[in-house]
Amino acid sequence: MSDNVAVEDAVSTKEQKQQPLFSGRVQVYPKKVSGFFRRMKWQVLAVLLGIYYLVPWIRWDRGPGAPDQAVLIDMPSRRAYFFFIEIWPQEVYYLAGLLILGAVGLFFVTSLFGRVWCGYTCPQTVWTDLYMWIERQIEGDRNARIKLDKQPLSAAKAVKKVSKHAAWLIIALLTGGAWIMYFNDAPTLVGELFTGQASTLVYGFLGLFTATTYILAGWAREQVCTYMCPWPRFQAAMFDEDTLIVTYQRWRGEPRGHAKKGEDWSQRGDCIDCNACVAACPTGIDIRDGNQLECIGCGLCIDACNEIMPKVGRPTELITMDTERNQYALEHGEERPKRHLVRPRTLLYALLFFGIGLVMLGSLFFRATLDINVLHDRNPLFVTLSNGDIRNGYTIKLLNKTREGRSFTLSFEGIEGAEMWVIGKEETPAAQLQLSAEPDSVATYQAYVRVPAEAVDAAKLDIRFLLSDTETGETVVKDTVFRGPER
Amino acid sequence: MPTKIEKDSVTGTETTGHEWDGIKELNTPLPKWWLYVMYATIVWSIGYYILFPSIPYWTGYFEGVLGYSSRAEVEEKLDAAAERQSEYLTVMRDASPQEILEDPQLLNFALSGGQAAFADNCAPCHAPGGAGRPGYPVLADDAWIWGGTMDEIQYTLLHGIRWDEDSETRFSEMPAFGQGILDREQIAQVANFVLSLSGEAPDPEAAEAGAEIFAANCTSCHGENGTGDPEFGAPNLADQVWLYGGTETDIRQQVTDPRHGVMPAWGERLDPETIKMLVVYVHSLGGGE
Repeated sequence: MSDNVAVEDAVSTKEQKQQPLFSGRVQVYPKKVSGFFRRMKWQVLAVLLGIYYLVPWIRWDRGPGAPDQAVLIDMPSRRAYFFFIEIWPQEVYYLAGLLILGAVGLFFVTSLFGRVWCGYTCPQTVWTDLYMWIERQIEGDRNARIKLDKQPLSAAKAVKKVSKHAAWLIIALLTGGAWIMYFNDAPTLVGELFTGQASTLVYGFLGLFTATTYILAGWAREQVCTYMCPWPRFQAAMFDEDTLIVTYQRWRGEPRGHAKKGEDWSQRGDCIDCNACVAACPTGIDIRDGNQLECIGCGLCIDACNEIMPKVGRPTELITMDTERNQYALEHGEERPKRHLVRPRTLLYALLFFGIGLVMLGSLFFRATLDINVLHDRNPLFVTLSNGDIRNGYTIKLLNKTREGRSFTLSFEGIEGAEMWVIGKEETPAAQLQLSAEPDSVATYQAYVRVPAEAVDAAKLDIRFLLSDTETGETVVKDTVFRGPER
Repeated sequence: MPTKIEKDSVTGTETTGHEWDGIKELNTPLPKWWLYVMYATIVWSIGYYILFPSIPYWTGYFEGVLGYSSRAEVEEKLDAAAERQSEYLTVMRDASPQEILEDPQLLNFALSGGQAAFADNCAPCHAPGGAGRPGYPVLADDAWIWGGTMDEIQYTLLHGIRWDEDSETRFSEMPAFGQGILDREQIAQVANFVLSLSGEAPDPEAAEAGAEIFAANCTSCHGENGTGDPEFGAPNLADQVWLYGGTETDIRQQVTDPRHGVMPAWGERLDPETIKMLVVYVHSLGGGE
């Protein structure tokens, strides 16, 4: 038996303490503050929630047969509408473009103003803020909440807890309810929801978004930012010494200590170690430890500190939004440097942002309202006709992206003497065909092309279909191949 | 269970009490949450046992309270599909092929149904898309041995070709000219003549000599110009389409000892609606008359 094994009685092992495998969550009880940043947060919250809940109700007349909801993602009929814009599934690159635009925009704003996205506009922040406000209305401010949580369960506590969660769930339900409005006609859907006629899918998504809102904003909160979100992990890469960051002015605050009456402020720092900034922080950190991953840059600690400083007769803004360059200058008694808004980094982000935006706008402006897809039949590749002519089959799809029915002329380039016809329409072989497409739809035609045997001098010939609108003259082309026997 | 518990002094964790060559294993219990998840799955499985088909008997099985069966589900779906199709199928029953062709919705349904039926029943010989194989006619071209109108195609489908069980089947037989009717040289000459009908014969002199033999032996079925006759199922010899190949050797072989393809009568195997859809589909393959 080795030396490092001790023998004990079986009973005593029960006293052994289990080492947890991860650190447990420390409940954060943010304290109510008021001030500039808090006001701004409420305003941004009101605007964003307003947009989210109201936009599906905006109507937009698109004429008969088309939905009149301004913003709508119509999955069953495979269309996305945004006011005057209508996108087909083939144009999903606009969505990719929007996402890239969003990412670059985020980089741009972050390099200028720090984590304003996290602190003000991120849905996680907005809904958590709303949930915390409700919590405060029902359970009281920080101290009351801490006290309540420590109390044993009583009727009064149960009432408070139940009403808080009920209020949260109602908001969650409204949030999920608003989400599904973007995918259905809102007024119709509301009626269907209450009469139980909506589809299982709708109820499923309603439940899903209700659950995620309730869990993420009610329970998970800052853990989403700290553990789940990838953005805090790399957003520091957008920072430089000219980025606005929530900063504790260490040179001014230290050495900190509790204030005593009649103390000489010249011998000590301004920070009275009251912990108001810590109590106000929605992620439960101490900003005096410097910039850190958990800080979402909301600035509520600035408001909290600004409430305290005048009471002890010191100037405000001990915690402030400032750049690293400026802080360095202040600390070393140098002259305040000029703030550089235009830097290679911001310039690059701005160029990218506006470049991509312009390309997208341009492509939207010049978006073709007509497209042609041609699929060469592969079974059989070609057919030899009785007089020796070679025939190929093509499935031709005409995409009419306008709200009017259109007629087109289809012609063929590449082989002399080619003739075309379409099954069920235009059965007489001709050099050109007259085809039509219904409004906002795809017209599919089975077309055949026959050419004289002597014209097919290779197993594969490059050919081209031309489709032009008989009224506007708008023309699209599609290159494809004509197959023949090996020669 | 060991009564004395050993404890590793470095980690403070119990050991399992076993020893292998002086090596001992720490006894690290499962996490609680893991255990609870396992209990939860056991509870879940009880519900499953009660609600769904679960316990096998000697004959049969416990069907579950919900009475669910995947086979019944499939049947339900098939019934629902048949229900949706019946609307078209009833119309199709009385419509002539020409009427189907003129109704875009009915035509679309017939083409889809015909395509599926073709893949199941016809493609093994005639190849997908009616591309044909040597000995099995191409259905996508405009050369028809027995006629390419809707009615002719329907008749061929219903009664087959050389299908003995059907008294109305299409039947034609070309004599084996190699068995005492023509000698080898005459066969070569007539083969060259046949080739000259649709292009250049490899041996013009032989072709010239073949003309007389052709007139004497072949014109009764294949016609004076060799253009064939769908009445007798005699193929057109003057076109570019060859069922058994278009070289001199191929033709000599076919004249000497002809091959005769057989097609089953589908009238008894498929219902009339499917036959009609197949007619429309085959007619649409590109060569319908």
